[in-house]
Amino acid sequence: MTDTTTARTIDRSHMQVSDEVAIEISDMNKWYGAFHVLRDIDLTVYRGERIVICGPSGSGKSTLIRCINRLEEHQAGRIVVDGTELSSDLKNIDKIRSEVGMCFQHFNLFPHLTILENCTLAPIWVRKTPKREAEEIAMHFLEKVKIPEQAHKYPGQLSGGQQQRVAIARSLCMKPRIMLFDEPTSALDPEMIKEVLDTMIELAEEGMTMLCVTHEMGFARQVANRVIFMDQGQIVEQNEPEAFFKAPKSDRTKLFLSQILGH
Amino acid sequence: MSDTHAQTVSFVRESMIPQSPPPTGNRGAVLWLRENLFSGWLNILLTLVSLYVIWWALAHTMPWVFNGIWNAGSLSECREIRNATMGEGSSAACWAVLGDRWQQLMFGFYPRELYWRPVLALVIFLAAIAPVLFAQMPRRALWFTALSPFVMFWLLWGGSVWFPVSVGLGFVLGWAAWRALAPLAGNLVAVIVAALLPVIYWLYSAGPLARELEQAVALSIEYVPSQDFGGFMLSFIIGIAGIILSLPLGILLALGRQSDLFIINKISVGFIEIIRGVPLIVWLFTASLLLNYFLPPGTNFDLMLRVIIMVTLFAAAYIAEVVRGGLAALPKGQYEAADALGLDYWKAMRLIILPQALKISIPGIVNTFIGLFKDTTLVVFIGLFDPIGLSNAIRASVEWNGIYWELFVFIGLLFFICCFSMSRYSLYLEKKLQRGHK
Repeated sequence: MTDTTTARTIDRSHMQVSDEVAIEISDMNKWYGAFHVLRDIDLTVYRGERIVICGPSGSGKSTLIRCINRLEEHQAGRIVVDGTELSSDLKNIDKIRSEVGMCFQHFNLFPHLTILENCTLAPIWVRKTPKREAEEIAMHFLEKVKIPEQAHKYPGQLSGGQQQRVAIARSLCMKPRIMLFDEPTSALDPEMIKEVLDTMIELAEEGMTMLCVTHEMGFARQVANRVIFMDQGQIVEQNEPEAFFKAPKSDRTKLFLSQILGH
Repeated sequence: MSDTHAQTVSFVRESMIPQSPPPTGNRGAVLWLRENLFSGWLNILLTLVSLYVIWWALAHTMPWVFNGIWNAGSLSECREIRNATMGEGSSAACWAVLGDRWQQLMFGFYPRELYWRPVLALVIFLAAIAPVLFAQMPRRALWFTALSPFVMFWLLWGGSVWFPVSVGLGFVLGWAAWRALAPLAGNLVAVIVAALLPVIYWLYSAGPLARELEQAVALSIEYVPSQDFGGFMLSFIIGIAGIILSLPLGILLALGRQSDLFIINKISVGFIEIIRGVPLIVWLFTASLLLNYFLPPGTNFDLMLRVIIMVTLFAAAYIAEVVRGGLAALPKGQYEAADALGLDYWKAMRLIILPQALKISIPGIVNTFIGLFKDTTLVVFIGLFDPIGLSNAIRASVEWNGIYWELFVFIGLLFFICCFSMSRYSLYLEKKLQRGHK
């Protein structure tokens, strides 16, 4: 299940990590009530990085990336995204959200709007893009994720894989500088996982900064420049994929990898 | 079977089977009858008993309905005609009361020569509501819809045309204030000012302004006081005004109840629970009696307006709970996706959350509207002449003393037509908003 390796070779010419900081998280802590979900998280993401975050369920990996666009609020520490610090100031939050794209496990397309309307909604209402221009942008990205012919259908008429690709296109229409993926393939049938991963690989090839919570270790090996392993709300280990998979250092990581790659 | 079965009969399908229609015996009216009415001894028996009951009920009511007498001046004249033509004691309705008094049932004591005004108002209402109900109508027609309340108000009550104009100016004032302030002082300040400014204007300036304008250019039609309103006209005015005003208020209350802001949340919860927890009739008595004690002496606060306000608040509390159900039914992911795209609260609500939540709530909302419309008959208890009140008044006259069924059948039928249309419209709307399911 976890090793849907893609046969294609990956064009790495645009995959360059610069030394410009995209996201800086320092000493970040979060609690749900009395439960300490995230503990002393320190993470610096440079522009152009492709980071895969993995870990057992309940380890806080989804919560971590949901904190980056403030779908969850952190209680201590700092998160700086593109030079803007996340605070309770609504202006900052809206600014960051419009620059950080996010894809969810369950796609979360708007079922009452057509695919095209799903994609043009935020550009029109948040960026004030004229409708025609927004539609052109939307069609451009729908072509990119290879479903322009579905533009006038409703989400309920599409397969899961197609819906997730629309969700990616919808985020791209806002021209985000960072993309967050929260288990984008976990709700998909095996046949559909590949089409979504292909779309994500293309995005990586263009140099997008990506943070991706996923169990697709094949994707991590091929695309990521850094793999982070989390457990009990902490970053336990992080390394380049090669080293991470070949020679994990912590026992917890070894156990996790043996369990998901073991059969 | 042996264990080697799987090896001995390996199988590869070479062609796929195309889809084919079901066998012919599984369709048609005869099959439907047999399956639904005559599928077994018990069902045959039940079908026959039901048919007998239906026949019996119709046999007793239909002659009364269709032998009805349409031309008579009083109930006793009706009876004489019946005895002469059909024989003593036969069953026949006296529909003549409707012919004699339909104007009263429709308009109450509204001046007879001015009946064209409420009729024209109804036509304007139907034209104004069409673009709201049916998306096929041109969007520009909504401007007419926005203006129509003022025109209808003027037609119904009459008086100076400047009064509705100066009230309407309040809305323009609010809108202008919002447009001017929103870029300068931020949305919240702009909304508060835009809400307060018109209220202050209405309280202090609208009346004098209307009088000034009237003195400058006199433009008025005959004034009809609220006491003269009655019959279905009254039910329609209270019902329609209540329906139209309670929907936005109910939606705001539902959002308020869901809000994280402590004060707004508690105010909404308190309002909903208090209004909903007390019978409508108590609120109507409050409107008719108690408010007079609280208002400064000498204020003439129209009784009908008070009733409309009470009915609106009452229905809004119910709508709020219905809409809250719709909001709760939406998956959390919809809120998150809207947030993640950078939509602010009001845009997320308007574009993403409410269209879906309201669609889910349509049956409940229409249910509340139908209830509200029928509850307008309760105003009879505070001395307004709704159709029930008028039927009492008609019975109090010498000619029609003792007539019950005919009036109630007529009133019931008119209410049924209205409520049934609302119900059909809600089904149409649900079907229209149906999207592909996953």
